[in-house]
Amino acid sequence: MPGTYIPADYLPVLIMFIVASCFGLVMLTVGTIFRLRRPYPEKLLPYESGMAPVGEPRQRFDVKFYIIAMLFVVFDVEAVFLYPWAVVYGKLGLYAVVEMFLFIAILLVGYVYAWKRGAFEWE
Amino acid sequence: MGAIDTLLLIVGVVIKLVVVFAVAMLHVAYATYFERKVIAHMQIRLGPMEVGWHGLLQPIADGVKLLFKEDVIPAKADRYVFMIAPMICFFAATSSLVVFPFFEGFNLGPYHVGGALANINIGLLFVLAMSSLGAYGVVMAGWASNSKYAFLGGLRSSAQVISYEISLGLSLVGVMMLAGSLNLTDIVHAQERAGMWNFIPQFLGFSIFCIAALAETNRTPFDLPEAESELVAGYFTEYTGFRFALFFLAEYMGMLIMAALGTVCFLGGWNPIPGLEKIIPGGVWWFLVKVYTLFFMYYWVRTTLPRYRYDQLMSLGWKVMIPIALANIFLTGLWKVYFA
Repeated sequence: MPGTYIPADYLPVLIMFIVASCFGLVMLTVGTIFRLRRPYPEKLLPYESGMAPVGEPRQRFDVKFYIIAMLFVVFDVEAVFLYPWAVVYGKLGLYAVVEMFLFIAILLVGYVYAWKRGAFEWE
Repeated sequence: MGAIDTLLLIVGVVIKLVVVFAVAMLHVAYATYFERKVIAHMQIRLGPMEVGWHGLLQPIADGVKLLFKEDVIPAKADRYVFMIAPMICFFAATSSLVVFPFFEGFNLGPYHVGGALANINIGLLFVLAMSSLGAYGVVMAGWASNSKYAFLGGLRSSAQVISYEISLGLSLVGVMMLAGSLNLTDIVHAQERAGMWNFIPQFLGFSIFCIAALAETNRTPFDLPEAESELVAGYFTEYTGFRFALFFLAEYMGMLIMAALGTVCFLGGWNPIPGLEKIIPGGVWWFLVKVYTLFFMYYWVRTTLPRYRYDQLMSLGWKVMIPIALANIFLTGLWKVYFA
């Protein structure tokens, strides 16, 4: 039904949010009745193959992860822009095709640039 | 609408929701059993045999055991972030269940029982949004654990998930174009009208979707976040007891969601295989058969293929999948203008 907005349709979504977030809490709370709690310093160390941990766990990491995150934002926004276009595509005809392919072509320039600059290379 | 009607509406929704949630949890529990059995038999072993007839009670025993295990929170961990990360993962995976149409819907007296819990117009968008949320849980778990393995696992996993999310999202654009809707029920109806399931006209899209779904759910051959030979268990290395179980449930729930999404978008949802509608009419059983088939494919792939290397994974995602997914949109556009 395009054009109709019924908030009641979204009621199950809200209830599901509540159920899904409460499930973990409830199970963990119920679990406190059954489970043991015997902590000692060695048990609370981070796992490192049975040895005492060496150095700081939070080290500097590769800048590539940041680049991937930035590229993700660009391309995911592109994908989100494509969704409304895809939904009304059947009604718009050839005009929509040309419009959107121009949009994709412009993004492809950025894609090719990122590729040439080696953003997708991992060594 | 009167107060009584509103109350009835809410009660009805809650009952349906609890049923769907319980059935889904049962499926998730038995997906682990199914996986162990399938892999065992492919490797000429028997798999779980001890607990119950042919090990049928094994998932329940596992669940009870995890409930009784001590909940260890490492001393150096970022306590609150550490505690909520598994809940975010589980929440993100489970919430998507609400929009899937499992059957056509029928009339029970004056009431209409819909096939989906929430028949909303943004169904597909909702699923994609929720599957993106899971990455937060992973990053938070990796960061808060304050352990080298968890940290590396969390980083790798989030980079992998966001990389493949683009191709996953783009592979579904073709489906949206054919159906002209984001409503999952409409997408199934569109396939009914076309007389052809989407995996035929959207063959490229379906291939991309399957590969991206494997990567999104961290399954072999893309299980690098938990590559046990190098990262112990990846981002949930430090988790024990029921918090670990929540990650595990979230992972299998994610598989269920991806299998259901594939069923709805590409395999005709609840519709029977053409030619068989006289013998077995369409309904929730067909939906389940298709979901189980996709689950079997997950396990089959797992026993067959070795793990990817991380640079291979990234170059596959960025250099191969995205161009093909874009080409698929282009071809679908042309096809729709000239032939439909």
